[in-house]
Amino acid sequence: MRWIWIDKFVAFHSKESAVAIKNISLAEEHLHDLYPDFPVMPNSLIIEGLAQTSGILVGEARNFSEKVILAKIGRATFHRLARPGETLVYSVKIEQLSETGASVSGEARVGLEPGAPLVAEIELMFSHIDQNLAGTEFPEHNFVFTPQFTELLKTYRLGANITL
Amino acid sequence: MAFSKEEIYKKVQGVLEDALGVDAEEITPTATLREDLGAESIDFLDIVFRLEKAFTTDPAKPFKIPRGELFPENLPAMMADEKFVKDGKLTPTGSAELKKRMPFADFTEFDKNPSLENAQRLLNVQTIVNYIQSKLG
Repeated sequence: MRWIWIDKFVAFHSKESAVAIKNISLAEEHLHDLYPDFPVMPNSLIIEGLAQTSGILVGEARNFSEKVILAKIGRATFHRLARPGETLVYSVKIEQLSETGASVSGEARVGLEPGAPLVAEIELMFSHIDQNLAGTEFPEHNFVFTPQFTELLKTYRLGANITL
Repeated sequence: MAFSKEEIYKKVQGVLEDALGVDAEEITPTATLREDLGAESIDFLDIVFRLEKAFTTDPAKPFKIPRGELFPENLPAMMADEKFVKDGKLTPTGSAELKKRMPFADFTEFDKNPSLENAQRLLNVQTIVNYIQSKLG
């Protein structure tokens, strides 16, 4: 089972930007873990969802040939809680892309309509870990974008113009 | 757009504050990135991205830092090589190699005592400022 925190892509512009959604359901156990009788989507998992949206965008930019790792959360600002029944919309944009990694900015809102309430703003940095400065070597096989993950990504084709 | 020396220093200072979460007063010209400011290997990529953004004035002509130019690559492997380092000091071959890889660093103190410790002090705030000045020259 993959640790997956987005439901589908609704927009995907290669090497530029992507939008994914995550429906929040009361049936999800983690919603009940933070506060008694007050279910919320944990902010850490909102960061994870934004990072997955971004990581797939960054990975696709190099045809999933690099091992893309979330290296740093430069900034994460939260404005509002996300509650059950709401749909989180993760919009991310590649700010810089190089041989060694990428920087990404993004935001989470609840709802797709213009001006939907802002939940979070974020800056993330990703590393192509085989290109690391120290010359550290990692296993040859791509343990980030595995064949299983690629299969899973195919389900996203319904909602986005993504080529796999 | 040309930047004055002071403007370059201020921008580098801002980049390091954001990338490393340190206070402005900790960032002095001789402060080393690793020992004094606590940079880890992943921070170097972050610093490169932030410098590129900070010194880009025209999006059509982005300021780019080629790989390995500011922060030399594979230094740990070099420092573990007997050809370059012996008894805690850089050999003449090692010193020459380091000067080739870090042409923007000030080697005055290092030349007096080419120890590993002094080699590590070469990667400091002034080295970044020198590099940016040479690029924007």
